[in-house]
Amino acid sequence: MRGTALPGFSATILNSEKVKIGILLKEGPYNHQAADTAYKFAEAAIKKGHTVDAVFLYNDGVINATNLTDPPQDDRNIAARWSEMAKEHGVEILACIAASKRRGITDDLMIEGGSITGLGTLTDIAIRNDRLLTFGD
Amino acid sequence: MDDNVKKIMHVMRRAPHGSIYTYEGLEMILIMAAYEQDLSVAFIGDGVYALKKNQNTDGISMKGFAKTFMALDGYDVEKLYVDRVSLEERGLTEDDLLVDVELLDSAEIGRRMTEQDVVIHH
Repeated sequence: MRGTALPGFSATILNSEKVKIGILLKEGPYNHQAADTAYKFAEAAIKKGHTVDAVFLYNDGVINATNLTDPPQDDRNIAARWSEMAKEHGVEILACIAASKRRGITDDLMIEGGSITGLGTLTDIAIRNDRLLTFGD
Repeated sequence: MDDNVKKIMHVMRRAPHGSIYTYEGLEMILIMAAYEQDLSVAFIGDGVYALKKNQNTDGISMKGFAKTFMALDGYDVEKLYVDRVSLEERGLTEDDLLVDVELLDSAEIGRRMTEQDVVIHH
């Protein structure tokens, strides 16, 4: 985030006001960096005292939250990481139902702390938060 | 303005059928329209192809959805912006497009982005 002049955004952050943030994540894990960037951003925001309300998973992003994720031990487990964040910081991890159905993601496959919901919920996240940030390619 | 109505701009950046971004983006727009948000859609780069007339998806096993853009008007999504340079670079004119749009310079689209509460790229 540059310090200059995107109206609203940087000003709010620079003033150290606490903001409520929603995140929209549009890429799957590992293949693209977006999932890592979104996580790192959320982690940093929470550390600074901001609230991360929800992470909404869309497009291939829905693949971020399956409990079948099992990378080699020396790699980060992206799904487990989201689950931890949900449990520790009350961040809702929400996968779009239409995008999930296309990609074979069901309720049974969701990580602990994650659930499947509709695009109406994303709209609500956009409405109820100070910012909605999109991470994707 | 009502606290429950946000200015949300969707930015279409890709050709319609090489990836799912445009199609799933359109699905998102339709839901947000049903929630009566103050929506606009900007078409930039290859995104302008989404609005091209005479698309035919018979040969690629994909649903054609170009005509769905014509239905946006019925959902009160009337602010459709097309980047003038993107259109010209691809040898297209307004007459090649399925719907009435506002042709804007890149800087003006950028300015309108800064007016939004939320910008979502597809």
